[in-house]
Amino acid sequence: MSTRRFWVYIEQEEGVVHPVSWELLGVARKLAEQVRDEAEANGDEVVVEGVLVGCTVRHIAEEAFKYGADRVYMADSPICAVYRNTAYHKVIAQIAKQYEPEVFLIGATTLGRDLAGAIATSLRTGLTADCTQLEMGEVKGAKRKLLLATRPAFGGNILGTIICRKRTPQMASVRPRVFPLPTPDPERTGEIVEVPVELDESEIPMRILEVISAGGENINLEYADVIVAGGRGLGGPEGFKLLEELANELGGVVGASRPCVDAGWISYAHQVGQTGKTVRPKLYIAAGISGALQHKVGMQDSDFIIAINTDPKAPIFDVADVGIVGDLYKVIPEMIEQIKARKAQMEAQQKEAAA
Amino acid sequence: MFHAVVAVKQVPDTTNIRIDPETGNLVREGVPAIMNPYDAHALAAAVEWKKKLGGKVTVVSMGPPSFIVTIREAVEMGADEGYLVSDRKFAGADTLATSYVLAQAIKYIDEHDPVDMLFFGKQAIDGDTAQVGPGVAVRLDIPVVTYVTHIREIDLEGQKAIVERKTERGIEVIEVQLPALITCEKEIAEIPFAPLPDLIRSLRYDPEVWTTQGPVEFDKMQIGVRGSPTIVFKMGTPPLPEPGEVIDAREMGIEKAVKYAFDKAEAEGIFASIWGGEA
Repeated sequence: MSTRRFWVYIEQEEGVVHPVSWELLGVARKLAEQVRDEAEANGDEVVVEGVLVGCTVRHIAEEAFKYGADRVYMADSPICAVYRNTAYHKVIAQIAKQYEPEVFLIGATTLGRDLAGAIATSLRTGLTADCTQLEMGEVKGAKRKLLLATRPAFGGNILGTIICRKRTPQMASVRPRVFPLPTPDPERTGEIVEVPVELDESEIPMRILEVISAGGENINLEYADVIVAGGRGLGGPEGFKLLEELANELGGVVGASRPCVDAGWISYAHQVGQTGKTVRPKLYIAAGISGALQHKVGMQDSDFIIAINTDPKAPIFDVADVGIVGDLYKVIPEMIEQIKARKAQMEAQQKEAAA
Repeated sequence: MFHAVVAVKQVPDTTNIRIDPETGNLVREGVPAIMNPYDAHALAAAVEWKKKLGGKVTVVSMGPPSFIVTIREAVEMGADEGYLVSDRKFAGADTLATSYVLAQAIKYIDEHDPVDMLFFGKQAIDGDTAQVGPGVAVRLDIPVVTYVTHIREIDLEGQKAIVERKTERGIEVIEVQLPALITCEKEIAEIPFAPLPDLIRSLRYDPEVWTTQGPVEFDKMQIGVRGSPTIVFKMGTPPLPEPGEVIDAREMGIEKAVKYAFDKAEAEGIFASIWGGEA
């Protein structure tokens, strides 16, 4: 009997968890279920486990149980108070060597990408970047199901499924928002395994001198509920002011397609798509975006999509719940008016209900 | 004297790509090729600091013989030497095998002329994995700083550098011991215009080509397909989404079209969930 371990790196900075960690715990639970029968037939145990590194992060381990972890390996030490590649990858590689996970998922955030390549190389194993589908599947000649890691290649025109046949852990990175956030179960608990950190400050060849806050640049596009995004059809940078007005009215943020960013109309922080951010807001309004594949892969999982374009054949209409053929400079101002009216109506109803 | 090594990769111009239906691999023949743009900026940064500190920039690349043009391009941009690691036995390498080959080549360069800093692009535009830079650093057991936007200082005497890197929370200012590996964003340096002597030199420049026969030693279990734990299992095309509903505002009028779209969103509970109601 052996234990098949499905691992997720629980990413945190300054005690704040990156939600991609919970998204991946949801994925890991599904993967674990997919090998449940096979494992039971062989008398194996299947577990979902988190790996957490930081300083005074116990509260995060407790939260990880609610999102699906059965156990959390926690390396809690002042030396790990801030993320530094050398310290973190050494600590994590050591834990992985000891417990030999079968699968190891890491968020493809700035931090996660920095870390994942270093861990995979330390462990001399395979890592597939930016996966959009993950599944445990049968592979001819393999004794057990393997991780089938699918990622878009060449601008999203092709999906490649990668396997890592002979080495473990089978590693994959996944961008935030590619998978949904699981619903936490407040009743769930688990076991914390404290892992000693045997590193000395003198062994770590880097120091963070300061962090200059991103300030206004940090718009949190990935986790916005509403995104009003503009494309080349805006015709120039001024168009984003109009989009911002609508976004403000809706309590959302402004997004953009790549050509607008490349043209310097708006900063990269706003870019949605394969080389920008993957988003899944409740409402996505695409104005003057033709809908290149690279853009669509970054937003097609939004709950509700309204697209506005003058070209009735624009590919963005393929993913829209409602496509409006028309001039965005007429449609968006009308949207602002109607949203104001709807909000006023809703507030009036709430007042009435309260009275 | 400052010695920088820059790793460069030739990539297909992404607007023009074909896949071999048999192997699922990229077909490089007949596709216009360029130096990976992030590598070009990494190289520009290395050259800039060579000019400030005095010293030398060495370029290394792994790939087929056609990559020689990319090394020549690097010389045109101010690199002093270039080496191409090229052998059929390296073909089919994933990021793990690639990081092994580059690390072996860099160790060899370092033995003959100690290296202070390694410059990589933050990722290559054909794979976007961003794994090779950190991988090489781990193999060489040196620190890595990714997504570097600016080098503030390189202190050769104190063997340390101060660099800025871009993260989600802002700009981190990091002091790192040398030798170190950095992966570069485009902001790190502008691509300079080549001075005429470099241009002329590049036209005649023939880089040394290193194969599995030497001078660098390679473990044949760690290169090419054999050294690559990941393989392509299958290739496919993404499923087509169900076509959405399209209405024409020019026919039905702007006001009605917008109302129609918003009513449909409301029917699905979108506004209630956005404005604090129950989802």
